[in-house]
Amino acid sequence: MKTAKAQFKVMGGIHPAYHKDLARDKAIEIMPLPALLRVSMSQHLGAPATPTVKKGDEVLRGQVIGEAAGFISAAVHAPTSGTVKEVGEAATVMGSTAAFIGIEPDGNDTWIEGLVGMPDWATAERTALVAKVAAAGVAGMGGAGFPTNVKLSPPPDKPIDTLILNGAECEPYLTADHRLMVEHAEHIWAGCQIIQKILGATTVRIAIEDNKPEAIAAMEQAMADAEGDVGIAVLKTEYPQGAEKQQIYAITGREVPSGGLPMDVGCVVENVGTTLAVWDAVVNGRPLTERVTTVTGAPVATPKNVQGRIGTSYADLLAFCDGLSGDAAKVISGGPMMGIAQPSLDVGTTKTTSGLLFLAPDQVKTFSSMPCIACGRCVDACPMYLVPAELSQMLEAEDYDAAEELNVLDCIECGCCAFACPAPRPLVQHMKQGKSRVMLKRRQAQQKKS
Amino acid sequence: MELTPILITSGAIGGVGFVCGTALALAAKFLAVKEDPRVEAMEEILPGANCGGCGYAGCAEYAKAVVLEEESITLCAPGGAEVLGLMAHAMGMDATAEERKVAVVMCAGDSERAPRKHLYNGVADCAAAAAVAGGDKLCSYGCLGYGSCARVCPSGAIEFVDNVAVVHPDLCISCSACVRACPRDLIKMVPESKSIHVLCSSKDKGPIVKKACKVGCIGCRMCLKLAGDAFEMDGFLALRNYDIPVTTEGEVIVEKCPGKCIVKSGESEAEAPAEPEAEAEAEPESAPSEEKPAAAQEEANA
Repeated sequence: MKTAKAQFKVMGGIHPAYHKDLARDKAIEIMPLPALLRVSMSQHLGAPATPTVKKGDEVLRGQVIGEAAGFISAAVHAPTSGTVKEVGEAATVMGSTAAFIGIEPDGNDTWIEGLVGMPDWATAERTALVAKVAAAGVAGMGGAGFPTNVKLSPPPDKPIDTLILNGAECEPYLTADHRLMVEHAEHIWAGCQIIQKILGATTVRIAIEDNKPEAIAAMEQAMADAEGDVGIAVLKTEYPQGAEKQQIYAITGREVPSGGLPMDVGCVVENVGTTLAVWDAVVNGRPLTERVTTVTGAPVATPKNVQGRIGTSYADLLAFCDGLSGDAAKVISGGPMMGIAQPSLDVGTTKTTSGLLFLAPDQVKTFSSMPCIACGRCVDACPMYLVPAELSQMLEAEDYDAAEELNVLDCIECGCCAFACPAPRPLVQHMKQGKSRVMLKRRQAQQKKS
Repeated sequence: MELTPILITSGAIGGVGFVCGTALALAAKFLAVKEDPRVEAMEEILPGANCGGCGYAGCAEYAKAVVLEEESITLCAPGGAEVLGLMAHAMGMDATAEERKVAVVMCAGDSERAPRKHLYNGVADCAAAAAVAGGDKLCSYGCLGYGSCARVCPSGAIEFVDNVAVVHPDLCISCSACVRACPRDLIKMVPESKSIHVLCSSKDKGPIVKKACKVGCIGCRMCLKLAGDAFEMDGFLALRNYDIPVTTEGEVIVEKCPGKCIVKSGESEAEAPAEPEAEAEAEPESAPSEEKPAAAQEEANA
């Protein structure tokens, strides 16, 4: 076990105001069951789950209510016991619509029978462990929601030698992962060992930014007896150190190729919250039914790290934090850099809801975009070696071929360019639009071929 | 003055000229690219708007396709009957022109009638706005008003009246570029003589529509009762069936429609009040006579 500074410096990056002090020292509070839980079937990256219950059904906590639809998909489980009140379509956090299941809790919170854990995971088969993770519907809880069982089943021609546990939490305001590491370090470390066994990785690094000394100390203590090439990589506090490609470079010096995945360079990155969910799934056999969400921002009366059931509405979360003490002008699901602004509090949390941020009127600006002055600040800030200034102008002119050639698809939508732009141009929105258009173009070209 | 250098020089230059000239003449003969003169003639006939409405990259490409690949000659919408006639003559074919079609935006939810649910402060493009929380309009089917259709219109026929797109039928060249540009599929090409439209595209149920817009179709089916087959239902949305004209008695639906979404084209545009009246008068009389034979023929075929 060793603790060392990460070897390499990430290209670009920015230093936004972090505002983590609002909720950093607030211990995780368990929220009582709300009157209604709205569980979306689109909790993860990939195909939404297919509902398997209908209105009026009685469900138990941990019962499958949505089946994984396809390879890149994840099962959805009832977050508590109760009655299915409605099955319908509703807006998702991302702005599209997807099926959801409304469950009225009966208050008993009875777990479904037959959930068997594997406390002796150290001697179990790898495939049995992955099956446990898949059955629990674990998806990346850092934000992207990539189904974890898929990540843990790399093809045989891509051996994994390095496992990185992502506890960087570089998004301003958010403190959920920080609190998890401080309060559940031992379980996270156990989950980490399970993942290490599944992947057969020889090197393990826990990546934590140097603005979280408490989390570093807690993880050090939990891992004190660890053997082998295991350690904590202390990252310089800079946004976006939590992005997996940047983190892999900072720790190992390996660059994920354009269009590739971390497994192409022998790495897997797992969020600490996901790791805890893997531990719970394997050792206790419990499906993923709750997560920690940081409810924070200047107008929130009592910012908290809330452990709530998946499907808890944003309005209920806010009410649990004593509501608003001042005017709020903007609500963001997630952090301020990559989160999605919400038009309504009438949506339920998902497996990926790491934060719920309220911004006061003086923190929100409306602006109109001006022409690019070619100052190059976005180029300095971009951690993916892209040229956002040029790309945004191409995308404004709807020249998607040129944008594709300049690798618009490599954009990770971290927002560094827009943060740095003095014009101020909506660069991230241009990129998002451009990416979806280029993907559409590729799909159409493929359809033509076949 | 010595003559020899002058003779040598002119001889040399003449010789070089002769050799090059011969080479060029031979090249012109053996490397000639044979171009069908009909392609050029066809290009002259086409309007040259390069609107892309036919599906080809421009008029030149379409001309080539017509002459060399036996593409249909009816694809040039902006050209209309005149161009079609000339094309048919050039190709030695017969062709009958269909009625000219114009674009109509099937939404009347302007900023006063259709409220917005949040403030959108991003890229001024309809697809971009639709991608943020499903668009900033309460109605998830309505015109967002960020001008994606107007930007692609080659003839400047689309105007934004109080945040909703309106096509000026006189300026429309029928190229369908706007139809392809609209991310919400609100624009339809309709026969020019038809003046009664359902200006709503919301497939939501009545109560949701009422909350989202003052001029939305609530799916009450009154138009089917009053005007018969000139309307049809798609779930909770009434659609105009342009093959069947609205009768004089049926026209009462324009006043009676509870959702106030069935309108006579032109009437809501203040600057051209004379036209819609003429159209309205013309429709019940002239339109049926045009269409009846076609309908009869269809029946006979069936």
